[in-house]
Amino acid sequence: MPSARPALAAASVWLLMSAASALADNIDKQEFEQIQHGRYLTIVGDCAACHTLPGSGHNFAGGRAIETPFGQILAPNITPDSETGIGAWTDDEFVNALTKGTGRDGKRLYPAMPYTYYTKLTHDDALAIRAYLNTVAAVRHPVNPNQLPFPFNIRASLIGWDTLFFTPGAFKPDPNKSAEWNRGAYLAEGLAHCNACHTPKNFLGGDKTSESLRGYALQGWFAPDITNNSPRGLGGWSADEIAAYLKTGHNSSSAATGLMAEAVERSTSQMTDADLKAIAAYLKDTPTQNENAGAAKPDQATMKLGAAIYADECSGCHTANGQGASGLFPSLKGSPVVQQTDPTSLLHVVLRGARSAATDGAPTGAAMPQFAWILNDAQVAAVLTYIRNAWGNNAPAVGAGEAGAARHALVERND
Amino acid sequence: MARKLPRKDVAIVGFGWTGSILAHELTDAGLDVVAIERGPWRDTASDLSITYAQDEWRYRLQHELFLRPAQTTVTFRNNASQTALPVRNFGAFMLGNGVGGGGLHWNAETFRFLPSDFVVRSHLTERYGADFLPADMTIQDWGVTYDDLEPHYDQFEYLCGTSGTAGNIKGVVHDGGNPFEGPRSRPYPTPAQKQGYGHTLFADAAKQLGYKPFPQPSGNLSQAYANPLGVKLGQCTFCGFCEWFGCANYSKASPQTTVLPVLTRKSNFEVRTESEVTRINVDRSGKRATGLTYVDSSGTEWEQPADLVLVCAFQLFNVQLLLLSGIGTPYDPQTGQGQIGRNFTHQTMSTATGFFDKNKYNFNPFIASGSIGMMIDEFNGDNFDHSKLGFVGGGYIGQVRTNGRPLESMAVPPGTPAWGAKWKAALRDNYLSSIICGGACHASFYSYRDVYLDLDPVYKDRFGRPLMRMTIDLHDNEIKMSAFLTDKYAEILQQMGASQVVKQPRRGPYDVTDYQTSHLCGGAIMGEKPDSSAVNRYLQSWDVPNLFVIGASAFPQNAGYNPTGTVGALAFWAAKAIRTQYIKNPGPLVHA
Repeated sequence: MPSARPALAAASVWLLMSAASALADNIDKQEFEQIQHGRYLTIVGDCAACHTLPGSGHNFAGGRAIETPFGQILAPNITPDSETGIGAWTDDEFVNALTKGTGRDGKRLYPAMPYTYYTKLTHDDALAIRAYLNTVAAVRHPVNPNQLPFPFNIRASLIGWDTLFFTPGAFKPDPNKSAEWNRGAYLAEGLAHCNACHTPKNFLGGDKTSESLRGYALQGWFAPDITNNSPRGLGGWSADEIAAYLKTGHNSSSAATGLMAEAVERSTSQMTDADLKAIAAYLKDTPTQNENAGAAKPDQATMKLGAAIYADECSGCHTANGQGASGLFPSLKGSPVVQQTDPTSLLHVVLRGARSAATDGAPTGAAMPQFAWILNDAQVAAVLTYIRNAWGNNAPAVGAGEAGAARHALVERND
Repeated sequence: MARKLPRKDVAIVGFGWTGSILAHELTDAGLDVVAIERGPWRDTASDLSITYAQDEWRYRLQHELFLRPAQTTVTFRNNASQTALPVRNFGAFMLGNGVGGGGLHWNAETFRFLPSDFVVRSHLTERYGADFLPADMTIQDWGVTYDDLEPHYDQFEYLCGTSGTAGNIKGVVHDGGNPFEGPRSRPYPTPAQKQGYGHTLFADAAKQLGYKPFPQPSGNLSQAYANPLGVKLGQCTFCGFCEWFGCANYSKASPQTTVLPVLTRKSNFEVRTESEVTRINVDRSGKRATGLTYVDSSGTEWEQPADLVLVCAFQLFNVQLLLLSGIGTPYDPQTGQGQIGRNFTHQTMSTATGFFDKNKYNFNPFIASGSIGMMIDEFNGDNFDHSKLGFVGGGYIGQVRTNGRPLESMAVPPGTPAWGAKWKAALRDNYLSSIICGGACHASFYSYRDVYLDLDPVYKDRFGRPLMRMTIDLHDNEIKMSAFLTDKYAEILQQMGASQVVKQPRRGPYDVTDYQTSHLCGGAIMGEKPDSSAVNRYLQSWDVPNLFVIGASAFPQNAGYNPTGTVGALAFWAAKAIRTQYIKNPGPLVHA
C-alpha cells in the first residue's frame, strides 16, 4: 500500500510538532526539584490516603469516603483533569484551598480536608505540592464530596465553624527551640497533621487545643496520647524509638496497627530519617498533663479471671511476663497503648484482630487473630483489665458493657 | 482454547519451599516472576489462628490443609503384576495444598544428609566391593557433593533460624552435637530446643550404652529470631501441633514465616492461587519450554508464556507434569532405559512402643514440638560397618515424640481389649507413662529397578489427564535394615527403664494406608549423565535447558534423614546456578 505512506508520515510530523509545542508551553512548570519536593510533601501529608480510592489504580482521582462524626464526605479528584479535577484551577486557588479551606467557587471546604493544619505550610511548599499534582495522570472522575445529612450539608455553617476553630496562618518558628525541633513542629502540626487523629475534639469536631495530642477515638480506634506523658504517652520511648516506629512501624516494644499502620506504610516509612528524628524531637518536647498517678484498683476476681484467660489465649505470643518478642509480638508491659484511658483500640484488637505494619525495614507484618467468637464480653473485659494492671501497668478497668458496646460497633463497621 | 497472557521472565509451578525460595532469589536478580499455585492462599493469622489451630479432628483427621483426592490423586500397586487402583483417602503420605506447600504442615526437622550419602554408590562399592549391593538396587551418586551444598544448607538453616547443636564446625568435632555430620561452616543460628523428660531420659540411656546423643535440629525455634531477610519468627511454645498443622505462633519455619513477607512486597513478583498447571508447553523442537498452561478456579484455561520454567511442585506432581508434557523419556522398568519416573523412593519407618511404670514415670507427652527430641546417628547411612549385616543404608534412632494429641497418640499394651472399660482404663494408665514415637527409626529407602512412577493407563484426573501410578514395594535390604534399627531402639527403651517394649519393625508389603512420612523422592532425579537422570547437577532438564525441576523429585535415592534441609539446599544451589551462570548465558549448564 504505497499510497498510505505519505499520509502516515505527515501524521507523524504533526504529532512530533504538537508534542514539541506542548513542551514549550509547559517548560517553566517542569522544574524537577520543585516537583520532586512536592511529591515528597504529598507523602508527608499522605494526600493519597483520602484522595485515592483503594484498589482503583487511579492516584489522586478521589472518591474515597472520609468518615466524620457528622457523616461521610467523599474526597474530591485532585488530578489535573480540567473538568472533574483541579486542572483548571490557578495556583492561588489551589493554595487557598490547601491552606485556607476556601474552594474555587469561594465556598468553604469541610474540615475533613485538614486545611486547619495545612495552613502552617509555607507558600513555597504549597506551590511544590501543586507542581507535583500537575504531573500526575489526569483522570476524568466526577465526585460529589458532600454526602452529609442536613444540616451539615449546608456549607454556610462552616463560616461560623472556621471563626470558632480555625486559625489561619503559616507556621512561625520558635526562636527558643532548635532547628530540628522547629522542623518537627512544622511537619507534625502542619502537613503530617498528627493532631487530626491524636488531638481530642469538641462536640463540633474542632480541636481541643489545650489538650493537643492527648488522644482521640475515631473510626473504631483510639489514636493514643503521643505527648511525652508516661505511661500513657511517649514518655517511655526515646526519640530514636519514636523515629524507628515511624520508619518501620515497629520498635523494640511496639507495633503500629490499624489506622497508624496505614499512616506508617503510606507516609512516615517513606519520610527522610532527618524529618522523622525532627518529629520525634518535637513529640518528646510536647507539653503534657500531670496526672494524678493514683493506682487503678481493679476487682481481684476480675484480675484472677483475666490472668487465667491471658495464660490460655495470650501468653503463647505475648509471653508470660507480658514482654512479647521484640519486633514481632508487642510488649504489653509498659505499653502506652495498653494503658490509654480509653480502651477502644484494645477492644478493637482483641475482638477483631489486627495486622501490624509491613515495611521495607520491618517486613514481617505479623497479625493477631480475632477473639470475638471465643471470648464473651465479660472475658474480654477481664483479660483487658488484667493486662492494663499486670506487670506494673496501671489503667482503669474495662467493663463488660464497654466490651459489648465495642463488639456491636465493630460488627456495624464495614471496613 | 487457552487465553494467552503477557510473557514473564520466569514461571514457577507450585509455591511451597522451593517455589518461594527460587522466586525470592530470581526477583532479587531482577527477573519478573509469576508462581502458579494449585491450592489457596494461606496466611498465619487469617488461616491458622491460635484460637483454632490446635484442632486435631479438623487438621489431623479431616486433612484440612491437604490435597483432596477429588481434585487429584494417584494410583497404587505393589508390583507390575497387579492392577493399580486410585488412592481415595491419602494415608501413607500427605500431599500439601496451597501456599507454603509441605513447608506449612511439616514437623520442621531440618537435617543435612551425610557427605557419603551424595556419593553413595561409589562409597559403598569402594568400601564393600562391587558385588555387595543387591543386583536390582539402582542407587546412584548425585552429581553434587556435600561440599557443593554446604553453603546452601547454611543459607536454608539461616533462613529458617534452625535450632540445633553443631557436631562439626569446619572439621572440629564438638560435644553435644552429631559427631557424624559433615563439617558445617558455622553453628546453627539458634541453640537447640529444650527437651522434655522422655527425650532427656533417652539421651541418658543412649550415653550409658556408649552412643553420642544429640538434639534434633529443629525449625520450631528455641528463641525469637530475625532471618537475613529481616523477617522475624517467634519462640516455640511446645504446643505439640506441628505436622499436619500450620503454626499459629510464627514459630515454625515455613515460607510464610521466612520468605513470603519480603517476596510479596516486590513489584516484580506475582502469585496466582487456586490455579492448577496442566502442562508445560514446549516448542516444535521439543528442546525449549515456552511457558505453562493452567486452569483457574472458574475453569478458565490460561497460557502463561515464560522464558524460564521452574517446576517446584510436590515430587509426584513434578514427575507427572514432565510425563504429561512429553519432556524426557519415560522410564521403562523392563529395559531400565528412560529417565522420567525412575528411582522412586519413600522412607523406611519403624518404631517400638515402650510402656513404663506409671507410678515412676510421667512423660507429659503433650509438651512437645514437631522436631523436639534426642537422637543418635551411629546407625545412619554408612556410619557403621555393614559388611556382616546383609544390608546397606540406615537411619537415625531417636526419642523424637512430637505430640500427646489425644486422638492419635494413644497406646495400650498388647492384650488389652480394643474397646470398652478395660481399654479406657489401660489408656488412662498408660497415656502419661508410655513412649510412642512414630518416627523413632527414620531410615533410608534405596532405589530399585522395579520401584517407579508412570502414567496410569486407566484412571484420569478431572481434566482427563492420566493419574500418576506408583509401583512400590519394600525390598529385603530395607526390611533387614528396619529390623536391625528397631532392635537397637528397643534396647535403648529397655535401658531407659521400660517395663514392656513392643517392637514394630517395617515389614512388606508396602502399605499405602499406613503413614510413613510424606518423604516421597525421586522420579526426576539429578545425576551425572543424561541416560540415567532427568536433570543435571544444577537441576536443569537435560532435554529442555530452560526448564529446571526442583525438589525431592531430584533425589536419586532417599537417605536416613528428613529431606527438607536437602530440598532447601538444592533450591538455593539451583538458584545460584541460574543467577550466576544461566542468566548470563542461557543454555545447558552441563554438556553431556
